[in-house]
Amino acid sequence: MSRVGVTRAAIVIGAIGVIEVCCRTGVINHLTMIPPSAMFVAAWHLLGMGAIQRDLLFTVTNTAAAIVIAVIAGFVAGVILNAVPRLRRIVDPLLAAYYAVPTFIFYPLLVAMLGLNRAPLIAIGAVLGVVAMTVNTLAGLDRIPRVYLRTAAAMRMSRIATALLVQLPAATPHLVTGVKLAVSYSIVGTIAGEFILSVAGLGRAMSLAYNNLDNATMYGLMLILIVTVTLINLGIYEWERAVHRRWGLR
Amino acid sequence: MNRRFDGALFTLAVLLLWELLYRVVGSAGLSSPLTTFAAVVHLLSSGAFWKNVSATADAFALAVVFSLAGGLAIGLLLGLSRFAGDVFDPILNALTAIPKITLYPVILLFFGLGMEAKVAFGTIHGIFPVIILTMNGVRNISPVVRKAARAMRLTPAQTIRTVLLPAALPEIVSGMRIGVSLALLGTLIGELFASDRGIGFMLIQSVEHSDVPTTMAITVLLFAVAVVGGMAMLRVDRRLHQGG
Repeated sequence: MSRVGVTRAAIVIGAIGVIEVCCRTGVINHLTMIPPSAMFVAAWHLLGMGAIQRDLLFTVTNTAAAIVIAVIAGFVAGVILNAVPRLRRIVDPLLAAYYAVPTFIFYPLLVAMLGLNRAPLIAIGAVLGVVAMTVNTLAGLDRIPRVYLRTAAAMRMSRIATALLVQLPAATPHLVTGVKLAVSYSIVGTIAGEFILSVAGLGRAMSLAYNNLDNATMYGLMLILIVTVTLINLGIYEWERAVHRRWGLR
Repeated sequence: MNRRFDGALFTLAVLLLWELLYRVVGSAGLSSPLTTFAAVVHLLSSGAFWKNVSATADAFALAVVFSLAGGLAIGLLLGLSRFAGDVFDPILNALTAIPKITLYPVILLFFGLGMEAKVAFGTIHGIFPVIILTMNGVRNISPVVRKAARAMRLTPAQTIRTVLLPAALPEIVSGMRIGVSLALLGTLIGELFASDRGIGFMLIQSVEHSDVPTTMAITVLLFAVAVVGGMAMLRVDRRLHQGG
Protein backbone atom coordinates (compact mmCIF):
# COMPACT_ATOMS: atom_id res chain seq x y z
CA MET A 1 0.00 0.00 0.00
CA SER A 2 1.17 3.53 -0.72
CA ARG A 3 2.11 6.02 1.97
CA VAL A 4 -1.16 7.85 1.31
CA GLY A 5 -3.15 4.64 1.70
CA VAL A 6 -1.41 3.68 4.94
CA THR A 7 -1.95 7.14 6.42
CA ARG A 8 -5.59 7.11 5.39
CA ALA A 9 -6.16 3.68 6.98
CA ALA A 10 -4.35 4.82 10.13
CA ILE A 11 -6.55 7.92 10.40
CA VAL A 12 -9.78 5.97 9.95
CA ILE A 13 -8.74 3.26 12.44
CA GLY A 14 -7.43 5.92 14.83
CA ALA A 15 -10.73 7.83 14.71
CA ILE A 16 -12.68 4.65 15.44
CA GLY A 17 -10.22 3.89 18.27
CA VAL A 18 -10.72 7.30 19.85
CA ILE A 19 -14.51 6.85 19.80
CA GLU A 20 -14.09 3.34 21.27
CA VAL A 21 -11.97 4.68 24.15
CA CYS A 22 -14.37 7.59 24.77
CA CYS A 23 -17.29 5.17 24.98
CA ARG A 24 -15.48 2.63 27.16
CA THR A 25 -14.22 5.23 29.65
CA GLY A 26 -17.59 6.94 29.92
CA VAL A 27 -16.54 10.23 28.29
CA ILE A 28 -19.45 9.43 25.98
CA ASN A 29 -22.39 8.08 27.95
CA HIS A 30 -23.42 4.56 26.85
CA LEU A 31 -27.02 5.74 26.60
CA THR A 32 -25.84 8.21 23.98
CA MET A 33 -23.56 5.99 21.97
CA ILE A 34 -22.33 2.42 22.22
CA PRO A 35 -18.66 1.57 21.47
CA PRO A 36 -17.87 0.81 17.79
CA SER A 37 -16.88 -2.76 18.70
CA ALA A 38 -20.34 -3.28 20.21
CA MET A 39 -21.85 -1.83 17.03
CA PHE A 40 -19.99 -4.42 14.97
CA VAL A 41 -21.22 -7.24 17.20
CA ALA A 42 -24.79 -5.93 17.03
CA ALA A 43 -24.60 -5.56 13.25
CA TRP A 44 -23.30 -9.11 12.93
CA HIS A 45 -26.20 -10.48 15.00
CA LEU A 46 -28.73 -8.41 13.11
CA LEU A 47 -27.52 -9.65 9.73
CA GLY A 48 -28.45 -13.18 10.82
CA MET A 49 -32.04 -12.20 11.61
CA GLY A 50 -34.81 -12.83 9.09
CA ALA A 51 -36.65 -9.58 9.83
CA ILE A 52 -33.58 -7.49 9.13
CA GLN A 53 -32.81 -9.41 5.96
CA ARG A 54 -36.32 -8.62 4.76
CA ASP A 55 -35.87 -4.94 5.63
CA LEU A 56 -32.50 -4.87 3.89
CA LEU A 57 -33.95 -6.50 0.78
CA PHE A 58 -36.86 -4.03 0.82
CA THR A 59 -34.51 -1.06 0.99
CA VAL A 60 -32.09 -2.41 -1.61
CA THR A 61 -34.75 -3.29 -4.19
CA ASN A 62 -36.48 0.07 -3.76
CA THR A 63 -33.21 1.91 -4.14
CA ALA A 64 -32.27 -0.12 -7.21
CA ALA A 65 -35.64 0.60 -8.81
CA ALA A 66 -35.27 4.32 -8.03
CA ILE A 67 -31.79 4.37 -9.57
CA VAL A 68 -32.92 2.64 -12.76
CA ILE A 69 -35.83 5.05 -13.18
CA ALA A 70 -33.69 8.10 -12.39
CA VAL A 71 -30.94 7.13 -14.84
CA ILE A 72 -33.25 6.26 -17.73
CA ALA A 73 -35.65 9.18 -17.23
CA GLY A 74 -32.77 11.59 -16.62
CA PHE A 75 -30.99 10.49 -19.79
CA VAL A 76 -34.14 10.73 -21.92
CA ALA A 77 -34.95 14.18 -20.47
CA GLY A 78 -31.39 15.30 -21.24
CA VAL A 79 -31.65 14.13 -24.84
CA ILE A 80 -35.02 15.83 -25.30
CA LEU A 81 -33.85 19.12 -23.76
CA ASN A 82 -30.75 19.01 -25.94
CA ALA A 83 -32.94 18.61 -29.01
CA VAL A 84 -35.37 21.41 -28.05
CA PRO A 85 -33.26 24.46 -27.08
CA ARG A 86 -36.34 26.60 -26.58
CA LEU A 87 -37.59 24.30 -23.82
CA ARG A 88 -34.12 24.01 -22.36
CA ARG A 89 -33.80 27.77 -21.99
CA ILE A 90 -36.91 27.85 -19.80
CA VAL A 91 -36.03 24.80 -17.73
CA ASP A 92 -32.33 25.60 -17.25
CA PRO A 93 -32.71 27.85 -14.17
CA LEU A 94 -34.97 25.23 -12.59
CA LEU A 95 -32.38 22.51 -13.19
CA ALA A 96 -29.67 24.70 -11.70
CA ALA A 97 -31.67 25.48 -8.56
CA TYR A 98 -33.17 22.02 -8.23
CA TYR A 99 -30.92 20.69 -5.50
CA ALA A 100 -31.52 23.77 -3.41
CA VAL A 101 -35.12 22.60 -2.99
CA PRO A 102 -35.63 20.13 -0.15
CA THR A 103 -37.23 17.53 -2.41
CA PHE A 104 -38.28 15.31 0.46
CA ILE A 105 -41.04 17.83 1.20
CA PHE A 106 -42.93 16.18 -1.65
CA TYR A 107 -42.92 12.90 0.18
CA PRO A 108 -46.26 13.37 1.98
CA LEU A 109 -47.84 14.32 -1.34
CA LEU A 110 -46.42 11.23 -3.01
CA VAL A 111 -47.79 9.06 -0.19
CA ALA A 112 -51.21 10.60 -0.66
CA MET A 113 -51.03 10.04 -4.41
CA LEU A 114 -49.43 6.60 -4.56
CA GLY A 115 -50.51 5.10 -1.24
CA LEU A 116 -48.56 4.04 1.82
CA ASN A 117 -46.43 1.36 0.19
CA ARG A 118 -43.10 1.14 -1.57
CA ALA A 119 -44.15 3.24 -4.58
CA PRO A 120 -43.64 6.67 -2.94
CA LEU A 121 -40.24 5.55 -1.65
CA ILE A 122 -39.12 4.59 -5.14
CA ALA A 123 -40.65 7.78 -6.53
CA ILE A 124 -38.84 10.09 -4.11
CA GLY A 125 -35.53 8.31 -4.79
CA ALA A 126 -36.07 8.70 -8.52
CA VAL A 127 -37.18 12.33 -8.19
CA LEU A 128 -34.03 13.13 -6.24
CA GLY A 129 -31.69 11.35 -8.65
CA VAL A 130 -33.18 12.23 -12.01
CA VAL A 131 -31.99 15.83 -12.32
CA ALA A 132 -28.33 14.98 -11.66
CA MET A 133 -28.56 12.58 -14.62
CA THR A 134 -30.29 15.16 -16.83
CA VAL A 135 -27.76 17.88 -16.04
CA ASN A 136 -24.83 15.59 -16.77
CA THR A 137 -26.39 14.22 -19.96
CA LEU A 138 -26.74 17.81 -21.16
CA ALA A 139 -23.17 18.59 -20.12
CA GLY A 140 -21.92 15.52 -21.99
CA LEU A 141 -23.83 16.35 -25.18
CA ASP A 142 -22.73 20.00 -25.00
CA ARG A 143 -19.08 19.08 -24.86
CA ILE A 144 -18.95 16.81 -27.89
CA PRO A 145 -16.45 18.48 -30.24
CA ARG A 146 -18.15 19.85 -33.37
CA VAL A 147 -15.58 18.13 -35.56
CA TYR A 148 -16.86 14.69 -34.48
CA LEU A 149 -20.32 15.50 -35.78
CA ARG A 150 -18.93 16.97 -38.99
CA THR A 151 -16.84 13.86 -39.54
CA ALA A 152 -19.91 11.69 -39.00
CA ALA A 153 -21.79 13.80 -41.55
CA ALA A 154 -18.89 13.56 -44.01
CA MET A 155 -19.02 9.78 -43.65
CA ARG A 156 -22.73 9.96 -44.36
CA MET A 157 -23.63 8.22 -41.14
CA SER A 158 -27.34 8.05 -40.39
CA ARG A 159 -28.67 9.97 -37.37
CA ILE A 160 -29.07 6.75 -35.42
CA ALA A 161 -25.55 5.60 -36.26
CA THR A 162 -24.20 9.04 -35.30
CA ALA A 163 -26.04 8.93 -31.99
CA LEU A 164 -24.90 5.41 -31.12
CA LEU A 165 -21.37 5.38 -32.55
CA VAL A 166 -20.28 8.99 -32.06
CA GLN A 167 -22.37 10.97 -29.60
CA LEU A 168 -22.95 8.28 -26.98
CA PRO A 169 -19.30 7.25 -26.63
CA ALA A 170 -18.15 10.88 -26.66
CA ALA A 171 -20.56 11.77 -23.85
CA THR A 172 -19.78 8.68 -21.77
CA PRO A 173 -17.56 10.28 -19.09
CA HIS A 174 -20.28 12.80 -18.23
CA LEU A 175 -22.93 10.10 -18.33
CA VAL A 176 -20.93 8.05 -15.84
CA THR A 177 -20.67 11.07 -13.54
CA GLY A 178 -24.44 11.46 -13.91
CA VAL A 179 -24.99 7.83 -12.94
CA LYS A 180 -22.69 8.27 -9.94
CA LEU A 181 -24.62 11.27 -8.65
CA ALA A 182 -28.01 9.72 -9.47
CA VAL A 183 -27.05 6.62 -7.43
CA SER A 184 -25.99 8.57 -4.38
CA TYR A 185 -29.00 10.95 -4.52
CA SER A 186 -31.45 8.09 -5.07
CA ILE A 187 -30.06 6.23 -2.07
CA VAL A 188 -30.42 9.33 0.10
CA GLY A 189 -33.98 9.88 -1.15
CA THR A 190 -35.19 6.33 -0.60
CA ILE A 191 -33.69 6.02 2.87
CA ALA A 192 -34.87 9.48 3.93
CA GLY A 193 -38.36 8.45 2.83
CA GLU A 194 -38.22 5.35 5.00
CA PHE A 195 -37.33 7.51 7.97
CA ILE A 196 -39.99 10.11 7.48
CA LEU A 197 -43.15 8.07 6.97
CA SER A 198 -42.52 4.50 6.19
CA VAL A 199 -44.02 1.08 6.07
CA ALA A 200 -40.88 -1.05 6.10
CA GLY A 201 -37.18 -1.01 5.37
CA LEU A 202 -33.99 -0.33 7.28
CA GLY A 203 -34.89 3.33 7.86
CA ARG A 204 -38.08 2.37 9.65
CA ALA A 205 -36.36 -0.39 11.62
CA MET A 206 -33.90 2.23 12.84
CA SER A 207 -36.66 4.67 13.78
CA LEU A 208 -38.40 1.92 15.75
CA ALA A 209 -35.21 0.93 17.56
CA TYR A 210 -34.60 4.58 18.43
CA ASN A 211 -38.11 4.99 19.80
CA ASN A 212 -37.67 1.82 21.88
CA LEU A 213 -34.32 3.12 23.23
CA ASP A 214 -32.75 -0.05 21.81
CA ASN A 215 -29.30 1.41 21.18
CA ALA A 216 -27.64 -1.87 20.17
CA THR A 217 -30.14 -2.49 17.37
CA MET A 218 -30.14 1.14 16.31
CA TYR A 219 -26.38 1.50 16.07
CA GLY A 220 -26.05 -1.95 14.51
CA LEU A 221 -28.52 -0.99 11.77
CA MET A 222 -26.82 2.36 11.31
CA LEU A 223 -23.50 0.62 10.80
CA ILE A 224 -24.97 -1.81 8.26
CA LEU A 225 -26.55 1.07 6.35
CA ILE A 226 -23.53 3.34 6.37
CA VAL A 227 -21.06 0.60 5.44
CA THR A 228 -23.27 -0.64 2.59
CA VAL A 229 -23.82 2.84 1.17
CA THR A 230 -20.14 3.73 1.51
CA LEU A 231 -19.01 0.57 -0.28
CA ILE A 232 -21.44 1.22 -3.13
CA ASN A 233 -20.31 4.84 -3.42
CA LEU A 234 -16.61 4.01 -3.31
CA GLY A 235 -17.13 1.34 -5.98
CA ILE A 236 -18.84 3.82 -8.28
CA TYR A 237 -16.22 6.48 -7.51
CA GLU A 238 -13.51 4.05 -8.68
CA TRP A 239 -15.53 3.14 -11.78
CA GLU A 240 -15.90 6.81 -12.67
CA ARG A 241 -12.16 7.35 -12.25
CA ALA A 242 -11.39 4.34 -14.44
CA VAL A 243 -13.71 5.59 -17.20
CA HIS A 244 -12.31 9.11 -17.01
CA ARG A 245 -8.76 7.76 -17.19
CA ARG A 246 -9.61 5.65 -20.23
CA TRP A 247 -11.11 8.68 -21.94
CA GLY A 248 -7.95 10.56 -21.13
CA LEU A 249 -9.59 13.05 -18.78
CA ARG A 250 -7.32 12.49 -15.81
CA MET B 1 -39.80 39.32 -24.96
CA ASN B 2 -39.83 35.92 -26.61
CA ARG B 3 -38.14 34.51 -23.53
CA ARG B 4 -40.67 36.02 -21.21
CA PHE B 5 -43.47 34.63 -23.37
CA ASP B 6 -41.93 31.15 -23.18
CA GLY B 7 -41.58 31.47 -19.42
CA ALA B 8 -45.22 32.48 -19.05
CA LEU B 9 -46.24 29.59 -21.31
CA PHE B 10 -44.24 27.18 -19.17
CA THR B 11 -45.77 28.49 -15.93
CA LEU B 12 -49.21 28.17 -17.44
CA ALA B 13 -48.47 24.58 -18.53
CA VAL B 14 -47.29 23.68 -15.02
CA LEU B 15 -50.44 25.18 -13.44
CA LEU B 16 -52.61 23.33 -15.94
CA LEU B 17 -50.87 20.02 -15.22
CA TRP B 18 -51.24 20.65 -11.51
CA GLU B 19 -54.99 21.29 -11.89
CA LEU B 20 -55.37 18.16 -14.04
CA LEU B 21 -53.45 16.07 -11.52
CA TYR B 22 -55.71 17.46 -8.80
CA ARG B 23 -58.81 16.44 -10.76
CA VAL B 24 -57.40 12.90 -11.05
CA VAL B 25 -55.97 12.43 -7.55
CA GLY B 26 -58.58 14.31 -5.55
CA SER B 27 -58.29 16.49 -2.49
CA ALA B 28 -56.89 13.78 -0.19
CA GLY B 29 -53.52 13.94 -1.92
CA LEU B 30 -53.37 17.33 -3.51
CA SER B 31 -54.98 20.73 -3.25
CA SER B 32 -55.83 22.68 -6.39
CA PRO B 33 -53.63 25.64 -7.40
CA LEU B 34 -56.35 28.06 -6.33
CA THR B 35 -56.86 26.51 -2.87
CA THR B 36 -53.09 26.35 -2.40
CA PHE B 37 -52.61 30.01 -3.21
CA ALA B 38 -55.41 30.88 -0.81
CA ALA B 39 -53.53 28.84 1.83
CA VAL B 40 -50.30 30.67 0.97
CA VAL B 41 -52.01 34.02 1.48
CA HIS B 42 -53.51 32.76 4.74
CA LEU B 43 -50.09 31.57 5.95
CA LEU B 44 -48.35 34.80 5.03
CA SER B 45 -50.87 36.78 7.06
CA SER B 46 -50.69 34.57 10.17
CA GLY B 47 -48.44 35.42 13.10
CA ALA B 48 -47.72 31.77 13.96
CA PHE B 49 -46.21 31.25 10.53
CA TRP B 50 -43.75 34.11 10.92
CA LYS B 51 -42.75 32.92 14.38
CA ASN B 52 -41.87 29.56 12.83
CA VAL B 53 -40.04 31.30 9.99
CA SER B 54 -37.88 33.18 12.47
CA ALA B 55 -37.14 29.97 14.43
CA THR B 56 -35.99 28.29 11.22
CA ALA B 57 -34.05 31.37 10.15
CA ASP B 58 -32.13 31.45 13.46
CA ALA B 59 -31.09 27.80 13.20
CA PHE B 60 -30.32 28.14 9.50
CA ALA B 61 -28.13 31.21 10.05
CA LEU B 62 -26.07 29.42 12.70
CA ALA B 63 -25.76 26.29 10.55
CA VAL B 64 -24.55 28.47 7.65
CA VAL B 65 -21.97 30.21 9.85
CA PHE B 66 -20.60 26.90 11.15
CA SER B 67 -20.63 25.29 7.69
CA LEU B 68 -18.86 28.18 5.99
CA ALA B 69 -16.34 29.03 8.69
CA GLY B 70 -15.56 25.40 9.52
CA GLY B 71 -15.55 24.30 5.90
CA LEU B 72 -13.28 27.13 4.83
CA ALA B 73 -10.77 26.51 7.65
CA ILE B 74 -10.62 22.73 7.15
CA GLY B 75 -10.60 23.02 3.36
CA LEU B 76 -7.74 25.54 3.41
CA LEU B 77 -5.71 23.41 5.78
CA LEU B 78 -6.16 20.26 3.69
CA GLY B 79 -5.63 22.12 0.42
CA LEU B 80 -2.26 23.50 1.48
CA SER B 81 -0.63 20.08 1.61
CA ARG B 82 -0.77 17.80 -1.41
CA PHE B 83 -0.32 14.78 0.88
CA ALA B 84 -3.11 15.72 3.31
CA GLY B 85 -5.41 16.34 0.36
CA ASP B 86 -4.68 12.92 -1.16
CA VAL B 87 -5.27 11.22 2.19
CA PHE B 88 -8.56 12.94 2.97
CA ASP B 89 -10.16 13.23 -0.47
CA PRO B 90 -11.81 9.75 -0.54
CA ILE B 91 -12.72 9.99 3.16
CA LEU B 92 -14.49 13.30 2.54
CA ASN B 93 -16.25 11.92 -0.53
CA ALA B 94 -17.49 8.94 1.48
CA LEU B 95 -18.67 11.19 4.33
CA THR B 96 -20.49 13.45 1.87
CA ALA B 97 -22.37 10.55 0.32
CA ILE B 98 -23.60 9.09 3.62
CA PRO B 99 -27.34 9.67 3.92
CA LYS B 100 -27.07 12.06 6.88
CA ILE B 101 -30.61 11.29 7.85
CA THR B 102 -29.42 7.97 9.28
CA LEU B 103 -27.48 10.01 11.83
CA TYR B 104 -30.51 11.82 13.24
CA PRO B 105 -30.89 9.51 16.24
CA VAL B 106 -27.22 10.11 17.11
CA ILE B 107 -27.65 13.88 16.82
CA LEU B 108 -30.75 13.70 19.00
CA LEU B 109 -28.99 11.57 21.61
CA PHE B 110 -26.06 13.97 21.74
CA PHE B 111 -27.88 17.29 21.53
CA GLY B 112 -31.43 16.60 22.67
CA LEU B 113 -34.51 18.15 21.10
CA GLY B 114 -34.21 21.75 20.03
CA MET B 115 -31.97 24.40 18.59
CA GLU B 116 -28.62 22.60 18.97
CA ALA B 117 -29.84 19.50 17.16
CA LYS B 118 -31.23 21.56 14.27
CA VAL B 119 -28.00 23.53 13.91
CA ALA B 120 -25.92 20.34 14.10
CA PHE B 121 -28.09 18.76 11.42
CA GLY B 122 -27.77 21.78 9.16
CA THR B 123 -24.01 21.88 9.69
CA ILE B 124 -23.31 18.21 8.90
CA HIS B 125 -25.21 18.73 5.65
CA GLY B 126 -23.61 22.02 4.69
CA ILE B 127 -19.99 21.68 5.73
CA PHE B 128 -18.73 18.95 3.38
CA PRO B 129 -19.20 20.67 0.02
CA VAL B 130 -17.46 23.76 1.44
CA ILE B 131 -14.51 21.65 2.65
CA ILE B 132 -14.19 19.70 -0.60
CA LEU B 133 -14.50 22.62 -3.00
CA THR B 134 -12.24 24.89 -0.92
CA MET B 135 -9.65 22.11 -0.76
CA ASN B 136 -9.81 21.51 -4.52
CA GLY B 137 -9.73 25.24 -5.21
CA VAL B 138 -6.55 25.69 -3.20
CA ARG B 139 -4.96 22.54 -4.63
CA ASN B 140 -5.58 23.65 -8.19
CA ILE B 141 -3.88 27.01 -7.77
CA SER B 142 -0.95 27.20 -10.14
CA PRO B 143 2.34 26.49 -8.31
CA VAL B 144 3.81 29.64 -9.84
CA VAL B 145 1.42 31.76 -7.81
CA ARG B 146 2.47 30.11 -4.57
CA LYS B 147 6.13 30.35 -5.48
CA ALA B 148 5.67 34.05 -6.19
CA ALA B 149 4.12 34.48 -2.73
CA ARG B 150 7.15 32.77 -1.22
CA ALA B 151 9.57 34.88 -3.28
CA MET B 152 7.88 37.99 -1.93
CA ARG B 153 8.37 36.63 1.58
CA LEU B 154 4.73 36.92 2.51
CA THR B 155 3.86 35.55 5.93
CA PRO B 156 1.51 32.53 5.94
CA ALA B 157 -1.38 34.77 7.02
CA GLN B 158 -0.61 37.23 4.21
CA THR B 159 -0.31 34.40 1.70
CA ILE B 160 -3.71 33.04 2.65
CA ARG B 161 -5.43 36.41 2.70
CA THR B 162 -3.92 38.05 -0.38
CA VAL B 163 -2.99 35.09 -2.60
CA LEU B 164 -4.68 31.77 -1.85
CA LEU B 165 -8.19 32.94 -0.97
CA PRO B 166 -8.55 35.26 -3.97
CA ALA B 167 -7.10 32.64 -6.34
CA ALA B 168 -9.44 29.92 -5.11
CA LEU B 169 -12.45 32.24 -4.75
CA PRO B 170 -14.57 30.85 -7.63
CA GLU B 171 -14.38 27.29 -6.24
CA ILE B 172 -14.90 28.50 -2.69
CA VAL B 173 -18.02 30.39 -3.72
CA SER B 174 -19.36 27.31 -5.56
CA GLY B 175 -18.79 25.30 -2.38
CA MET B 176 -20.53 27.96 -0.31
CA ARG B 177 -23.49 28.03 -2.67
CA ILE B 178 -23.99 24.26 -2.39
CA GLY B 179 -23.22 24.38 1.33
CA VAL B 180 -25.83 27.05 2.01
CA SER B 181 -28.58 25.16 0.18
CA LEU B 182 -27.69 21.89 1.89
CA ALA B 183 -27.58 23.65 5.27
CA LEU B 184 -31.17 24.78 4.66
CA LEU B 185 -32.13 21.23 3.71
CA GLY B 186 -30.42 19.86 6.83
CA THR B 187 -32.03 22.43 9.12
CA LEU B 188 -35.46 21.60 7.72
CA ILE B 189 -34.91 17.86 8.10
CA GLY B 190 -33.73 18.49 11.64
CA GLU B 191 -36.98 20.33 12.32
CA LEU B 192 -39.04 17.46 10.96
CA PHE B 193 -37.67 15.20 13.68
CA ALA B 194 -36.03 17.20 16.36
CA SER B 195 -38.03 20.29 17.03
CA ASP B 196 -41.20 21.79 18.35
CA ARG B 197 -41.08 24.89 16.19
CA GLY B 198 -39.93 26.03 12.76
CA ILE B 199 -41.05 25.51 9.18
CA GLY B 200 -40.06 21.83 9.13
CA PHE B 201 -42.09 21.26 12.28
CA MET B 202 -45.07 23.08 10.75
CA LEU B 203 -44.76 20.92 7.66
CA ILE B 204 -44.75 17.62 9.53
CA GLN B 205 -47.65 18.84 11.71
CA SER B 206 -49.75 19.68 8.69
CA VAL B 207 -48.91 16.25 7.23
CA GLU B 208 -49.93 14.49 10.43
CA HIS B 209 -53.20 16.42 10.53
CA SER B 210 -53.80 15.68 6.83
CA ASP B 211 -54.05 19.41 6.24
CA VAL B 212 -53.26 19.15 2.53
CA PRO B 213 -53.63 22.85 1.56
CA THR B 214 -51.19 23.93 4.31
CA THR B 215 -48.72 21.18 3.35
CA MET B 216 -48.90 22.27 -0.27
CA ALA B 217 -48.66 25.96 0.63
CA ILE B 218 -45.51 25.41 2.70
CA THR B 219 -44.09 23.25 -0.09
CA VAL B 220 -44.75 25.93 -2.70
CA LEU B 221 -43.26 28.66 -0.50
CA LEU B 222 -40.12 26.61 0.23
CA PHE B 223 -39.80 25.79 -3.44
CA ALA B 224 -40.06 29.46 -4.39
CA VAL B 225 -37.55 30.57 -1.75
CA ALA B 226 -35.10 27.81 -2.72
CA VAL B 227 -35.36 28.52 -6.46
CA VAL B 228 -35.05 32.30 -6.09
CA GLY B 229 -32.21 32.02 -3.57
CA GLY B 230 -30.48 29.30 -5.59
CA MET B 231 -30.68 31.33 -8.78
CA ALA B 232 -29.31 34.45 -7.10
CA MET B 233 -26.35 32.51 -5.71
CA LEU B 234 -25.83 30.82 -9.06
CA ARG B 235 -25.61 34.18 -10.80
CA VAL B 236 -22.81 35.33 -8.47
CA ASP B 237 -21.12 31.95 -8.88
CA ARG B 238 -21.20 32.04 -12.69
CA ARG B 239 -19.92 35.61 -12.83
CA LEU B 240 -16.90 34.66 -10.70
CA HIS B 241 -16.13 31.63 -12.87
CA GLN B 242 -16.32 33.67 -16.05
CA GLY B 243 -14.28 36.55 -14.65
CA GLY B 244 -11.44 34.24 -13.62
